[in-house]
Amino acid sequence: MKYGMEITVAALIVVFAAVFLLQDAAIRASGEEAWGGADGEAAALIEASGYEPWTEPFWTPPSGEVESLLFALQAAIGAVIIGYIFGYWQGSRRTA
Amino acid sequence: MHIMEGFLPSPWWEIWFIVSLPFIIVGLYQVNKLVQEKREALPLLAVAGAFVFVLSSLKLPSFNGSCSHPTGTGLGAILFGPFIAAVLGLIVLVFQAVFLAHGGITTLGANVFSMGIAGPAVAYLIYKAGTRVGANTYATIFAAAALADLTTYVVTSVQLALAFPGTTGFLGAFSAFAAIFAITQIPLAIVEGAVIALVFKYIVQLKPEILTRLNLLSESTITKLREAAA
Repeated sequence: MKYGMEITVAALIVVFAAVFLLQDAAIRASGEEAWGGADGEAAALIEASGYEPWTEPFWTPPSGEVESLLFALQAAIGAVIIGYIFGYWQGSRRTA
Repeated sequence: MHIMEGFLPSPWWEIWFIVSLPFIIVGLYQVNKLVQEKREALPLLAVAGAFVFVLSSLKLPSFNGSCSHPTGTGLGAILFGPFIAAVLGLIVLVFQAVFLAHGGITTLGANVFSMGIAGPAVAYLIYKAGTRVGANTYATIFAAAALADLTTYVVTSVQLALAFPGTTGFLGAFSAFAAIFAITQIPLAIVEGAVIALVFKYIVQLKPEILTRLNLLSESTITKLREAAA
């Protein structure tokens, strides 16, 4: 099947999103807060044992907005490189 | 999700730096060799690195109410081996530690080991084993990339359990950390494996000659894969 893999990946992503939406509805109904980072949860577990981090990041993004800007920038840098190179290969095959 | 800044006490952060350093040195040597001997593979190296950038920036909600991000290192490990993948992982981890306060400088050694070395080593071994027994190429890539992702977070859990055995001992601490990191990661690893298999399909279609040049696939396998997709 020509697009078998594309369909499989799309289906997996739909299932992934559906599971998230169902879980999110259940969690909201129970009134809990969720969807924090796994690293934050691990940090909370460690700090509960009385440990205090011995050093802190020397710079942290000043707000959630700035942090999401930098994460988006990271994704954009990667996506531009992938798109450029795949496009270049595609183009050079056509003209070859 | 990486180990946060300051969350590995001495001597553990030093130990993981020492363990990771030789892999990075060999990796830099191999990158250098690639630049000199196989220049035509450099765009592919850039794609592999860019893939780690994209995937490790996406914090995705998992089924258990917490978020984590995939690693994307499986692709680089399959294409270029685990040592070069360690260098790619290092670049992304430094970027995130410096600009995003995600991960950390003192925990860099431990995070490079889990994401850049342990995960890619698993991906590389699965790919080699899969091609040796003649398994379906894309299924092999799916398994290699998904298990690289999962291994990364199992190793993160081991690293934290070694540093914080607490009152329950190593195994008790490991299951507590694995419940946070590894369980969250399972659905993400499955999606990552499928996406990387798909990207590999596009590489087979667009630039198969690089794959034979890197001794990854024989020409007969590539012809077969391309016919199946035509």
